[in-house]
Amino acid sequence: MRSFSLKKLPVLFFIFFLIINHSFGSEQTKPIKVDWSFKGLTGKFDRASLQRGFQVYKEVCSSCHSMQYLSYRNLGEPGGPEFSKEEVKAIAASIEIEDGPDSQGEMFTRPGRPSDKFKSPYPNVNASIAANGGAYPPDMSVLVKARPGGSDYIYSVLVGYEDPPEGVILDDGVYYNKYMIGNKIKMSSPLMDGIIEYSDGTEASVDQMAKDVTTFLSWAAEPELEERHKTGFKVMVYLILLTVLVYLSMKRIWSRVDSEE
Amino acid sequence: MSDKEYQPKSKAGKWFNDRLPLLTLGAHLTDYPTPKNLNYWWTFGGILTFCLLTQIITGIVLAMHYVAHADLAFASVEHIMRDVNYGWLIRYIHSNGASMFFLAVYIHIFRSLFYGSYKSPREVIWIIGLLIYLLMMAAAFMGYVLPWGQMSFWGATVITNLFSAIPLVGDSITTWLWGAYSVDNPTLNRFFSLHYLIPFLILGLVVLHIWALHVPGNNNPVGIDIKKPSKDTVPFHPYITIKDTFALLMFMIIFAGFVFFSPNVLGHSDNYIPANPLVTPAHIVPEWYLLPFYAILRSVPDKLGGVILMFGAIFILFVLPWLDTSKVRSAVFRPIYRQFYWIFVVDVLLLGYMGAMPAEGIYLVLARVGTIYYFLHFLVVLPVVGLLEKTDPIPLSISEPVLSGGAKLSMAKKDNEKF
Repeated sequence: MRSFSLKKLPVLFFIFFLIINHSFGSEQTKPIKVDWSFKGLTGKFDRASLQRGFQVYKEVCSSCHSMQYLSYRNLGEPGGPEFSKEEVKAIAASIEIEDGPDSQGEMFTRPGRPSDKFKSPYPNVNASIAANGGAYPPDMSVLVKARPGGSDYIYSVLVGYEDPPEGVILDDGVYYNKYMIGNKIKMSSPLMDGIIEYSDGTEASVDQMAKDVTTFLSWAAEPELEERHKTGFKVMVYLILLTVLVYLSMKRIWSRVDSEE
Repeated sequence: MSDKEYQPKSKAGKWFNDRLPLLTLGAHLTDYPTPKNLNYWWTFGGILTFCLLTQIITGIVLAMHYVAHADLAFASVEHIMRDVNYGWLIRYIHSNGASMFFLAVYIHIFRSLFYGSYKSPREVIWIIGLLIYLLMMAAAFMGYVLPWGQMSFWGATVITNLFSAIPLVGDSITTWLWGAYSVDNPTLNRFFSLHYLIPFLILGLVVLHIWALHVPGNNNPVGIDIKKPSKDTVPFHPYITIKDTFALLMFMIIFAGFVFFSPNVLGHSDNYIPANPLVTPAHIVPEWYLLPFYAILRSVPDKLGGVILMFGAIFILFVLPWLDTSKVRSAVFRPIYRQFYWIFVVDVLLLGYMGAMPAEGIYLVLARVGTIYYFLHFLVVLPVVGLLEKTDPIPLSISEPVLSGGAKLSMAKKDNEKF
């Protein structure tokens, strides 16, 4: 009975299912693994990439996709693109915001302020669906957290447009994408080489833009990431030191009991 | 016990204690004689108390910023994450805290199953514990609904729809639960109200749980009754408090690992999509801690049958003290039960895994096998093994070498260290 302990069963079970899970994964093509600077325990965003990514969002994505939970001021906050105060003001001021009602009960427009939320391209969800051939362009505030695969998945979809394989017939306004769940997407490939001109002179290749905008969206979904990693490191160091001290105290206290035996 | 002889030293203390014997209670908790051979599996009671308090404190702060309205809930959670000072930290502690709470409670329950802590004279402790577990599941389920994401909405729809399986009155009950004709704003509102209430009910039950524990005292890895206080016991403070603190810190390191470095890994990405009654997610799955029961529910082709089995899987635990016929508590001295115990652990893990998979093909077959075995374990294995098993000799006390069980005891202790 004792030669093989069933205690090992749960461990064997886990290994067994890891193997099963690995060999019978879904047929969906796995997203490309990108070595993001913000992954890992000490990950940080690439500031220049965030600023370029914002430019891609502003000049390409924002014509259809809203980002309603972000404010312009976030663009200048630590851990983000960290635009200067003046730049943030200028970015906000370039947007016309509807405000009101004023004392006469009239709505009016004014230049945006850093405290304003990002202006949505459509007045409501139905308008966005109607304008996009029945497909809803999802809000991008937490898009990276809302997709299995996260940043890798968003990047892969952006670079995953291909001609459909033989035998796959697509309706009008539907495009084939290698990485999209179900492979069909109603958004045409949004990026083309040179579609924008980066203000920092970086060459605007599809791959570069996809990486930059994904970095930007990853920050938008987790603006606290850098602070979280930093605080987490301190918390861990503190907890581990305290654990060692408590362990030593415990040994000392229990030595009174153990020595009796 | 020495409680009754306790007298505060100061005059003021005596004056107060004569009117409300809080100091006597404090002295009882400090001196409480505890078996000295408790291993680390016994530290989870303290860890669970920490979990409950963490959830209550973070929850109260979250409730200051959260808005329980179908149109505003999702946005208010994003407001917490982005605009509230350290809102992200409080919310991630709360959401991961739920998972850590369940991790701890499952270890606590399986410790009880291994060492027979549910047996006489501790049946009432066990039953109160199960009531706490039931309330925890209700609180966790309703809490998961509050962010009003896709999984919130559809999880709520699936679970509340279970009640419609009740014959005759099922549909009326479901409508009554919803406060509407589908999961909607009134549902969200009442779930928020109940989600705030339940933790305090749990807190009350925890007091009863500990009270009931302090009547017979702790079980221990050897599972024998011990004299209290004696050479076999140590006072709760400082021996158990320091050990519990050490274990709690280890637990907090894992907890913090999730909160700071992987805060969303235990959740479902669909819950960052706002609830949409018109779009059903491809797979509706509950949080990981409810998966075994979800697997049991889906393994029955009939809806009512599935619901009965799922609730049965929980309620059968309430009669466990009477299903287990063995007089010996600890599995250390039960060579046959010990084997079945580990098979049961694997069975629950298997059910959990199947609960996460689509209910089709081989997954469904395995889920059914797992479900049948789950009930066989309680209804057949436990009663029969208890009657037929030849248990190992049991020592008479923890510390003293005894006539027949001495050698075994040292083996048992080694066994425990490994465990």
